[in-house]
Amino acid sequence: MKIYPEYEIMRNYDKCINCRACENQCANEAHEFLADANKLVCDDTKCVNCHRCSALCPTRAIKIVKSGNTYKENTNWSNKTLNEIYKQAESGGVLLSGMGNPENFPVYFDKILLNASQVTNPSIDPLREPMESKIHLGARPKKAERGADGKIKNNLTPQLSLSMPVMFSAMSYGSISYNAHESLARASAELGILYNTGEGGLHEDFYKYGENTIVQVASGRFGVHKTYLNSGAAIEIKMGQGAKPGIGGHLPGTKIVGDISATRMIPEGTDAISPAPHHDIYSIEDLRQLIYSLKEVTDYTKPVIVKIAAVHNVAAIASGIARSGADIIAIDGFRGGTGAAPTRIRDNVGIPIELALACVDQRLRDEGIRNNVSVVVGGSIRSSSDVVKAVALGADCCYIGSGALAALGCHLCRTCHHGKCNWGIATQIPELTKRLNPELGHKRLVNLMNAWKHEITEMMGGMGINSIESLKGNRLMLRGVGLNEKELGILGIKHAGE
Amino acid sequence: MFPWAQGVKITSNWGENMKRVYVNEKWCLGCRLCEYYCAFADTGEKDMARALKDIKINPRIKIEEKDGISFAVNCRHCREPLCVKGCITGGLSVIDGVVSIDKEKCVSCYTCVLCCPFGAVSPSESGAVQKCELCVNEGAHPACVKGCPNAAIVYEDRTEAKM
Ligand code: SF4
Ligand code: SF4
Ligand code: SF4
Repeated sequence: MKIYPEYEIMRNYDKCINCRACENQCANEAHEFLADANKLVCDDTKCVNCHRCSALCPTRAIKIVKSGNTYKENTNWSNKTLNEIYKQAESGGVLLSGMGNPENFPVYFDKILLNASQVTNPSIDPLREPMESKIHLGARPKKAERGADGKIKNNLTPQLSLSMPVMFSAMSYGSISYNAHESLARASAELGILYNTGEGGLHEDFYKYGENTIVQVASGRFGVHKTYLNSGAAIEIKMGQGAKPGIGGHLPGTKIVGDISATRMIPEGTDAISPAPHHDIYSIEDLRQLIYSLKEVTDYTKPVIVKIAAVHNVAAIASGIARSGADIIAIDGFRGGTGAAPTRIRDNVGIPIELALACVDQRLRDEGIRNNVSVVVGGSIRSSSDVVKAVALGADCCYIGSGALAALGCHLCRTCHHGKCNWGIATQIPELTKRLNPELGHKRLVNLMNAWKHEITEMMGGMGINSIESLKGNRLMLRGVGLNEKELGILGIKHAGE
Repeated sequence: MFPWAQGVKITSNWGENMKRVYVNEKWCLGCRLCEYYCAFADTGEKDMARALKDIKINPRIKIEEKDGISFAVNCRHCREPLCVKGCITGGLSVIDGVVSIDKEKCVSCYTCVLCCPFGAVSPSESGAVQKCELCVNEGAHPACVKGCPNAAIVYEDRTEAKM
């Protein structure tokens, strides 16, 4: 059964000058120049709504619009639901998607408002007064110890120092392109923050950015070896991912080409399918063994991060991890992005990061183990105000993934799994990867982060806070709007007006 | 110095403007937007659609393409330009480092078109020749450079590095 396309390409022929940029830039071949008619035509069924053509069209002759062609209105049986049934009835297969959950679940960040000082407690002007946005990640020492000479002993475990509370989250080389990785690595080095290799190993060209790199170890163990583990500033064990809790990473064989197969240490063209669990981890004790194996191999010089998806029992799980020897816990909310996930899992599994963060922070505090670990949250941190709210809810730092890709050109078309990303990000086709020039890409990331840093210090200044550490877990700076008692209770915040 | 330019002596003021359009072919997508922005800059119109609608453009920067490699070619503004040396009327000269055309003086003999080793000079619709003059009248950056989505052409002063 033919499905009418969800989006249509509208070309304004009064404006089109037949430059054919749209035609040569659409890897989905949705545009075609008809020489005899001397005009461009298009095939809406091929369009994935990535906006490459409309962004590059020099006369703004193209727009992509939502199709008005709809089935009979039905709140229960939406167009989308019906089309998915038609698709599956045809293919017999699992529906796949890219990027994060787009469905209409509450975004708690948008229902939380920040405080500002008035009259009795002065606000601070970040342009005139010093403002500290630097953070450190790692376990905090339980007490100050003195050596035999009476001086304070340095009993700090390995720490990460960052210029601001944001890092680029795990996106593997393979799921995204070499140029995307280079952009992330160079931007991190310039900004004094960290990026994360994801589960595909680290291309040897990027070892030089090691100080700004978190190397990941996932259940597939792709690209993991001693030099790799020692090349980064920290090691992350990926137990789960917000976009697809309960299942492992998938990278189709079409993306395992050239350097990617070498970096992952698997043959070209083989699908890289990470097992759902780590086959050596069935308990916190097992996790502890892996943590200490990794610490052993790196001589106890690097903090170990354990990344989990935000799921129903996240607080209890985090409590276990905080006792397992991990230095940092990363929690990935249900809106976190991915290169490919089964649509039903992406859209229906996991919980919002705001609730997960609040309950984990509270649980760790209640149990007196909050200082055992730092907490990093990801899964749709979209702006500097999301960062400020996350820190006030108790996070030490935020991971951004989709936001960083958007800075590189991603238009959230959510077809990363097709491997034909027109923006040169989620693809390995050389003609497409060259569309992302890291010289421009890294600058855009640096710009974005610098802009956020300014905004973060301005919001902090408004609250009369001059250091990000004083904002951490400062939930009195937050008020909810339109939230019920239960939600407010879990978030640990008051309602606006209280 | 290029071998074909051996012995050519042109005393010119390479002048203040040492900036040139340089090509990074690694990043060229072959989208040809530079050609269109160039052609548009030449029209002096405000609206690109109006300026270039139903017109076959004749830009001063051109994409060369073969076997999946593409790059933009325009005037190199050579230190000792053969076109200027070849010009029989003084229609071409170097002004502030930019090889410039005086359309009034050009008699369309096209000696320069034949002389330029880069094929950067071409006849224009009016008969006189045309070539890239770095958009000196348009403002800070050449239109092609501004229009390139991937920094495959850049406008830089590389004299330090080169000489
Ligand atoms: S990019 Fe725009 S102006 Fe160029 S051919 Fe396509 S629609 Fe026409
Ligand atoms: S897939 Fe992208 S480039 Fe192609 S027509 Fe659609 S929006 Fe334009
Ligand atoms: S990375 Fe590319 S394919 Fe994936 S959502 Fe963004 S633009 Fe689309």
